[in-house]
Amino acid sequence: MTASHNVRPAAVTALGWGWRHAGRSLPAVRGLDLDIRPGERVLLLGPSGAGKSTLLHALAGVLGDSDAGAHHEGTPDAEDSDETGTLLIDGAPPRARRGRAGLMQQDPETQVVLSRVGDDVAFGAENLAVPRADIWTRVGEALDDVGLAHLPLDHPTSALSGGQKQRLALAGILAMRPGLLLLDEPTANLDPAGVLEVRDAVGRCLDKTGATLVVVEHRVGVWKDLVDRIVVLQPGSATESAVLLDGPPDQVLAQARDMLVAAGVWVPGYVPATRTRTAAAGAGGAAGTRGPAGAPGAAGAVPAAGNLLLAAEDLAVSRERPRRRGFKAIPPVPVQSGVTAQVRAGQALTITGPNGSGKSTFALTLAGLLQPVAGRVSATVDLSEGAGIDPYKWKAEQLISRIGTVFQEPEHQFVTGRVLDELMFGPRHLGHGEERVDELLERLRLTKLVDANPYTLSGGEKRRLSVATVLAAHPRVLILDEPTFGQDANTWAELASFLSELLDAGTAVVSVTHDQEFSDVLGGTELKLGAPELKPAARETGLNPGVAAP
Amino acid sequence: MRQSLTLQANHALLTRANPLAKFAVVMLLTVVLALSIDWVSASVALAFELLLFPLAGLTVSLLWQRGWPLILAAALGGWSTSILAPDTGRILLDVGIWSISEGSLELGLGFLLRGVAIALPAVLLMSCTDPTDLADALAQKAKLPHRFVLGTLAAMRLVGLMAEEWQTIGMARRARGVGSHGSPAQRLRATLGQSFGLLVQAVRRASRLAVTMEARGFGGAQRTWARESTFSTLDIWVVLGGVLVAAVAVTAAVSAGTWNMVFLEQ
Repeated sequence: MTASHNVRPAAVTALGWGWRHAGRSLPAVRGLDLDIRPGERVLLLGPSGAGKSTLLHALAGVLGDSDAGAHHEGTPDAEDSDETGTLLIDGAPPRARRGRAGLMQQDPETQVVLSRVGDDVAFGAENLAVPRADIWTRVGEALDDVGLAHLPLDHPTSALSGGQKQRLALAGILAMRPGLLLLDEPTANLDPAGVLEVRDAVGRCLDKTGATLVVVEHRVGVWKDLVDRIVVLQPGSATESAVLLDGPPDQVLAQARDMLVAAGVWVPGYVPATRTRTAAAGAGGAAGTRGPAGAPGAAGAVPAAGNLLLAAEDLAVSRERPRRRGFKAIPPVPVQSGVTAQVRAGQALTITGPNGSGKSTFALTLAGLLQPVAGRVSATVDLSEGAGIDPYKWKAEQLISRIGTVFQEPEHQFVTGRVLDELMFGPRHLGHGEERVDELLERLRLTKLVDANPYTLSGGEKRRLSVATVLAAHPRVLILDEPTFGQDANTWAELASFLSELLDAGTAVVSVTHDQEFSDVLGGTELKLGAPELKPAARETGLNPGVAAP
Repeated sequence: MRQSLTLQANHALLTRANPLAKFAVVMLLTVVLALSIDWVSASVALAFELLLFPLAGLTVSLLWQRGWPLILAAALGGWSTSILAPDTGRILLDVGIWSISEGSLELGLGFLLRGVAIALPAVLLMSCTDPTDLADALAQKAKLPHRFVLGTLAAMRLVGLMAEEWQTIGMARRARGVGSHGSPAQRLRATLGQSFGLLVQAVRRASRLAVTMEARGFGGAQRTWARESTFSTLDIWVVLGGVLVAAVAVTAAVSAGTWNMVFLEQ
C-alpha cells in the first residue's frame, strides 16, 4: 500500500485577495498577492493583526459563510463579511476543494473530535465518503506516520498529552490525504518536548507525501530548517502590499532580522534584552542565596536571606475534590506528593517538570486555591498578618492582598468589561491601593487601552493586563502559571524585566514554566517535579510516590 | 468529572448488542411502567432487571456507585408520597399533619419501586453502551441526520471539559478577590459572573471545535461510516426479553388487581 505516496501537492494562488470579518470595519487581509507552488513549505510571519490566521482559515475553507440570504438583499453592510480578489487552491475556490487542505489549530483540546483514537482519525476520511475498507488502512498508516501506532484504536483521546493530541490531529488530517497542510501555531500551547514531537511528525509526513505546507508560528527556530520559504505579512493598506518580504529562510532572516526582532518574532539565536537583577538575592553574590538554575533541588534546602513567607511541607496535590461513591467519600488520587518548598521575600522559585507532573496543581495549592490532599501549606506571620496560617481558608479579599495568582489563560480572570475597571477591581474591594493603578497602567503599557473590553485585546495585551490586575492588590507573593506561553519576544522581555524589578523590590515570585531563559532572568531556585506514575495499581491505592526536588 | 459513563473494559454479553435494540427496550419499559402506579408491576420488572444486571457487566456495588442518586431520589419520592398522599385504609402512623395509612403506604411503595425500576434500565444502558456506538446506530440504523447525531456526540466531549473549566474559572476568580462568601445576593452575583465566564469559554471552544470539524470535511451530503452498525440475533433476544419483562409485569399486576392506569383514572 503506497497510496499515501500518491498525494498530489496543492498549489495556492492569491490575487489581490482580501477579507473583512463580519461586523468589523477594517479588513483583516488586504491586497494579498501570493503564489505557492505545489510541494513548497512556507513559514508565514508577521505581527499580530497581519491576517495570518485569516488566510489559513480561508485556505481551509472554513472562513465565514457566503451567506446566501445577505446577498439576496443586495446591500452588503458592515454586518456581513466581505471578500475581495481571488484565492484559489489548484485553480478553484477553497470551499469547492473540500478535503484538499487540512487545518491544525492551536488549542489541542479542540483538535480532537471523538473519544476514541481510531474513530477520531477516521472522522475526516468518513466525511469525504472514503469506502470503509480504505478508511482503516488510512487510519493505520496515519497513526504510524505520526508515531502513535503503539496506541490501541480504542484508546481514549482524553488520556493523551497535548503533544499527542496535536499529533493525533495531524493523523486525522493525513487520513484525508490532503495536498495542503495548514498549521496555525500548532505548538504554541505545548511544552518543549511536545513542540519537537509535533514538528518532527510534520517533517516526516511532508517527506513522505510531498504535500504543500503553510505554517504560522512565532518561534522561527523551530520551523526554520523544515521550511524552504519565509513570507512576512504586514497589515495591508490601499497603497502597500500585504506581503512585506518573501524568500528563502536565511535570506529573509538576514534581510529583516531587525524588523522581525522589533515586531516581537522569535528569531533564532536572539534572546531579547532584559533587565538584570540587582538585589543580592538575584545576582548570586550572596553565598547560598541562589541555587544555580537547573541545579537539582535547591528549594527548601538552602537557607536564604529573604524572610520566609510561605512554606509547603510534604504536600500532596490534586485538582479533584473528594468524590462520593454512595455514602463513602473517596479521597482524590494526588498527581504529585511529598513536595516541600519555601517561598521567601525577594526570591524567585521556578517550578519545572514534564507535562502531567502536577506543576500547575502544586502552584494552585500553594496559592491557597486548592485544598491539599496531604501535607500542608502554611503562611508565616509575616505574610498572614493575622489572617491565619492556612491560605486555603482565607477569604478572597484576604487572599489577593497576600498571594496573587496569574493564571495561564488571562481570560479566566477577567471579571469586568473594561480594562480600567479590571485594574480597579482589586483595590476597590480592598478599599485601598487605587493610586497604584496609574503606575501599573503606565508600566505595562496599558494606558491607551483603559476603555477597551479586556476580551478584545491581543494575546500580549491580555497577558500584561492579567499580571497588572493581580498586582493592583499589592500581594507579597506572586504566583504565575506559564506566564510566557505563546507570548511574542517583546511581551516576553517586558514581563521578565518587570518581574525582576518586583523581585528586587521584595516581592516573592513563584513561576511554573518550561522556559529556561525566563527562569535564568529571574534567578532564584528551581523546584523540579518528577514524572507522574500512571500505573493502575498506584491509582487504586492512592499512593503516588512523586519525586520532588530530591 | 471526566469519568466515562461506560465501564472500562466491559466484555459482558450486552455490550455486544446493538445500542438501538437496547435503547428500544429501555423506552418500552419506561413507557409501560409509567402507565400505572402499583407495586406489583414495578416489583416484577425490578426483579427481572436485577436478574439481568450481570449480563451488562454490572455488580451490585457498581450499580450503587452509578445509580445512587437515582435510587435516593426514588426513595425520597416514595417516602413523601406515603406521608402526604390522601389516607385510605387503616392508619399506621399519625404525627400531626403527617400520617401514613395502608393506602398511602402502598402508593408510596409503588412510587419508590417504580422510580427504581424505570431508572435502572437507563443505568444499565449507559453501562454497557459506548456513546459513539449509540451515535453510529442512531445515524445508520434509525436514520437520524448524521450532522445532528455527530454534532451532539462531539459536543458531549466538551461537557467534560466544561466541568474542569468551571473549577478553573472559580479558582481564577477567587484569585481576583471574587469570593463565594457573603450574603446570598452576593453569592448569586458571584455565581452569575462565573457562569458568564464559563459561557464565554464554552462558546470559544465550541466554535473552534466546529472549525476543526468543518476543516475535516464535516457537513457534506455524502458520508461513509468507518464502523458499521449491525444487528445480530442477539438483538432479537434483547428485544424479545424486553417485551417479555414488560408483558409479565403487566399481566402480574392485572391478575393481582393492582393495575391502575394513572391517565385513565379521572
